[in-house]
Amino acid sequence: MTDTKNYMYKSWWKIASVILLIYTFIAGFLLKVPELPALQETIRNLYFHVCMWFAMMILFTVSVVNSIKYLRTFNLKYDIYARQYAVVGIVMGVLGYSTGAIWMTYTWADPNNPAFQSFGALAREPKLIGAAIALLIYFAYLVLRDSVNDMDKRARISSVYNIFAYAMLFPSIWILPRVMDSLHPGREGNPALNTSDIDSSMRIVFYPAVIGWTLLGVWITTLKIRLNLLKEKKMMQ
Amino acid sequence: MSIIKKITMMLAIMMISIVTFAQDKKVEMADKMRDNGRIYVVVAVVLTILIGLILYVVRLDKKMSRLEKENS
Repeated sequence: MTDTKNYMYKSWWKIASVILLIYTFIAGFLLKVPELPALQETIRNLYFHVCMWFAMMILFTVSVVNSIKYLRTFNLKYDIYARQYAVVGIVMGVLGYSTGAIWMTYTWADPNNPAFQSFGALAREPKLIGAAIALLIYFAYLVLRDSVNDMDKRARISSVYNIFAYAMLFPSIWILPRVMDSLHPGREGNPALNTSDIDSSMRIVFYPAVIGWTLLGVWITTLKIRLNLLKEKKMMQ
Repeated sequence: MSIIKKITMMLAIMMISIVTFAQDKKVEMADKMRDNGRIYVVVAVVLTILIGLILYVVRLDKKMSRLEKENS
């Protein structure tokens, strides 16, 4: 392990993450937001729910980059990186999914409000199905990995699978929901990045929030990577 | 004739703006929570949880660094 001073051991971005998250929590609750029917104050969930998905996508991207690096060099270090980034990405995705379920319950399908959609319509919601497919593909990545005992074989097979999983991620969460009718906002462009569907007063909180949450995800990932590198080293000795 | 038309048109347009204005007003926000300052309680609670979690991660980070030093 010659790389002792790479980004994992620097602290500036960890401090940046903490500052951005504290800013998110203060400004996210206190600043003015657009007053929209049905959403009302729940629009503030944009700073939390949507950031989970953004963090997930960024972590999965880092994961697939490390898988490709592994396949180019056959250095087991990159395989550990790829796995840990994928795991924390899945955690973020599950958090995004469950927060979305809570949010949806009160804005799309309020049982006390007959004007809202029934649950039957929500179960056919393409964005939910797409996200579920994407997450299940990544669950399969972990199952596949841990079912192979040989270390090199495991790394090789799971790296290749990771690339396929990544290739399936974007059709299922970006393309599929746009082709079909969806209640989920942001279907006409890139959700939350489009200038027409996010108010500028929200953008000053939303972008820092995305960066803050992503950096927190990376921080947790680096801790897991360091633990696994240490384990590896112990095993070699 | 044309004046009457103009006036009715003007009134009609004003009615439209009144209608939309009324719709904007109807959106219920948590203004009361902001008025009596209770929102700050929420912010304090959420911040405490966030800082607690961050301190936990910081401690883990320190622990990892120590372990790495011992094993290098």
